[in-house]
Amino acid sequence: MSSAAFRDRPKGGVGDGFRSWWNSLARPTQWLVGVPFIALLALLPLLNIPLLTTEGTNFGSVMAQFGMYALIAVGLNVVVGQAGLLDLGYVGFYAVGAYTVALLTSPDSPWNQTGPDGWLSKDWAWLAVLPIAMAITALSGLLLGSPTLRLRGDYLAIVTLGFGEIVRLLADNLEEITGGGRGLSQVAYPRIGVTDDFPLGVFSAGNVGKTLNAGVWWYWVSLLLIIVVLLFVGNLERSRVGRAWVAIREDEDAAEIMGVPTFKFKLWAFVIGAMIGGMSGALYAGQVQFVVPTNFNVINSVLFLCAVVLGGQGNKLGVILGAFIIVYLPNFFLGRTEILGIPVNGDNIAEYKYLFFGVALMVLMIFRPQGLIPVRQKLLTYGRELYVAARRRRSTEQSEVTK
Amino acid sequence: MSRDDSDSLHDPGAVGAGAEVGEEYRHMSEQAFREVPVGPMILDESVVVDVADVHPELADPEVVAEIVAPTREIDTPLGKPLVELRDVTVRFGGLVALDSVTFDIRRGEILGLIGPNGAGKTTCFNAMTGVYRPTSGTVTFDNQVMGKLKRNQITRLGIARTFQNVRLFSEMTALENVVVGTDARHKTSVPGATFRVPRHRHEERDAIDRGMALLEFVGIGARATEKSRNLPYGDQRRLEIARALATEPKLLCLDEPAAGFNPAEKAALMDLIRKIRSDGYTVLLIEHDMRLVMGVTDRIVVLEFGKKIAEGLPTEIRDNPAVVAAYLGVPDDATA
Repeated sequence: MSSAAFRDRPKGGVGDGFRSWWNSLARPTQWLVGVPFIALLALLPLLNIPLLTTEGTNFGSVMAQFGMYALIAVGLNVVVGQAGLLDLGYVGFYAVGAYTVALLTSPDSPWNQTGPDGWLSKDWAWLAVLPIAMAITALSGLLLGSPTLRLRGDYLAIVTLGFGEIVRLLADNLEEITGGGRGLSQVAYPRIGVTDDFPLGVFSAGNVGKTLNAGVWWYWVSLLLIIVVLLFVGNLERSRVGRAWVAIREDEDAAEIMGVPTFKFKLWAFVIGAMIGGMSGALYAGQVQFVVPTNFNVINSVLFLCAVVLGGQGNKLGVILGAFIIVYLPNFFLGRTEILGIPVNGDNIAEYKYLFFGVALMVLMIFRPQGLIPVRQKLLTYGRELYVAARRRRSTEQSEVTK
Repeated sequence: MSRDDSDSLHDPGAVGAGAEVGEEYRHMSEQAFREVPVGPMILDESVVVDVADVHPELADPEVVAEIVAPTREIDTPLGKPLVELRDVTVRFGGLVALDSVTFDIRRGEILGLIGPNGAGKTTCFNAMTGVYRPTSGTVTFDNQVMGKLKRNQITRLGIARTFQNVRLFSEMTALENVVVGTDARHKTSVPGATFRVPRHRHEERDAIDRGMALLEFVGIGARATEKSRNLPYGDQRRLEIARALATEPKLLCLDEPAAGFNPAEKAALMDLIRKIRSDGYTVLLIEHDMRLVMGVTDRIVVLEFGKKIAEGLPTEIRDNPAVVAAYLGVPDDATA
């Protein structure tokens, strides 16, 4: 009774090996390995490793951009990877988050609250507006989701694509409020670490040192936010919510008939995804201190989706790797004339990034459609002992075979 | 998102590999299956966990049956009608799919609903669960008149079902599939799950205990950590039953559970259905296989062209001329 079901079982690769090694570690050991790894990741822009640092742009700001994209990838992964809802307008939420911060803190905006009679202090305005930006984006997710989530598949993708464009066009055309194509400048940022060397604080775009510049500081903030978001999203994944999302992704009708309120959980996925996207948008507005509609083109939505698909839909660490590739590779080639002695025109390569990502996606879809790090979600909070027992059993069976 | 994923949403036949395996079964003659040895089919590649190692208490079948037994309150006393259909008519435009059908499902029984293809079995089922609103007539479930409800609300009200063609969540493990069923009784909110409130932790523990017991109850406890699409076809069908039981239904509806089974597997399925009933569940069985229906049900309702043509004990149905005519046709000389 050998059947197709058994033949297409994925072979254990590096990812599976790593996964089973990680799962076999006890909780304290996982912390012992995980914490230094995160510390290393945080110090990466300061170590100045040859061949890893970027030459054309500052490595710190590249890492800051990576942080924002990683946050977006984690948020989009909830919607696309876990709940299986194809969202092509995710940049809309990113824009709503960025514009909320800009509208409340930029002196160009009619709703600026950082002025003499505003209710925001200049120093803490960004931090105070961050939760507001998240709440507003969550609301926009709710507004977009409640009528459209009755649609499925391609239809939903088209509607979300429209949403992304509507947000950008609104920003472009509501000139009295958003400044139109001129954008909004002097957006607030956390004014921390003000010294004689840094009169505007370490987070200011004016901090352009070689190593410990504003980019590194923003990278650290985003790293912190990513860890917090990962913890919460991980909690959701290992609960009835995560199981409902995966069930909806696998077979929506069967999920509904098994008592899963599918519409409610799809809406939650949308709202949570939007909230994380808005958080990332707020980070962007603070770092760049300047928002214009052209930064929120549809092509960005595609790039975000590319990060998720490339890394592995549904896998949180996979999509972060995808975000890193999307951000880092073009910047790596920027300004390089030779790599390991081979002469290249790096600027040209960086310029054609969409072409290369397109080809890469096509190759990936043919040879590894599940992404670089395929998903194996853990959907139960407890019951770990069962899976450990199964793994132990499998490894003893394998060693018996080899004997 | 890959194209395969989105397609499988719309095509029930493409869900999981189970459907393909089922086709393989159907194309083979029954004769070939008589040679298949009886007993659970364990494949070399699979990972079998001895549940008793991990959960020692599940080694005792009585404990398992006790955990699986429904704990919810049911208004209807044993033997009294749990579901009452009264003159239920369903029309689709000019087509009369159900024509004033009246019957009861009594609490604690196994009722067989049979009829030739297109007789209205599924329509009857949908009218009963509120998916279709009857054009006229009423459906009462546990002393409550069924209105227009969402399908997930019907499940939580207490009617669970399995599917004619297996529709499991194929990327989930067997245990995770069953836990989705138990989630129908859970109340943790999304913020509650985010911050892991005590209720969430309590419900998660409960879900795993009950989920494991259910898998053990239907006989696939050893496969708990396997992805459901990697399970053999027979185990997939059992897993569907376990998932439906996990929602703690007052009424369990099995839609052709023996499709693609060989005689040995059918016999095992009959034992399982009896076991489910004796654990305190009421079962509605929609089935084509006469031997299975005659062997396991307490009463049978026969539909043909949307009308109820017979109702009674299996022995009465077997000898009922109307039923025989419906299934085998009437000889030409008899109509003359």
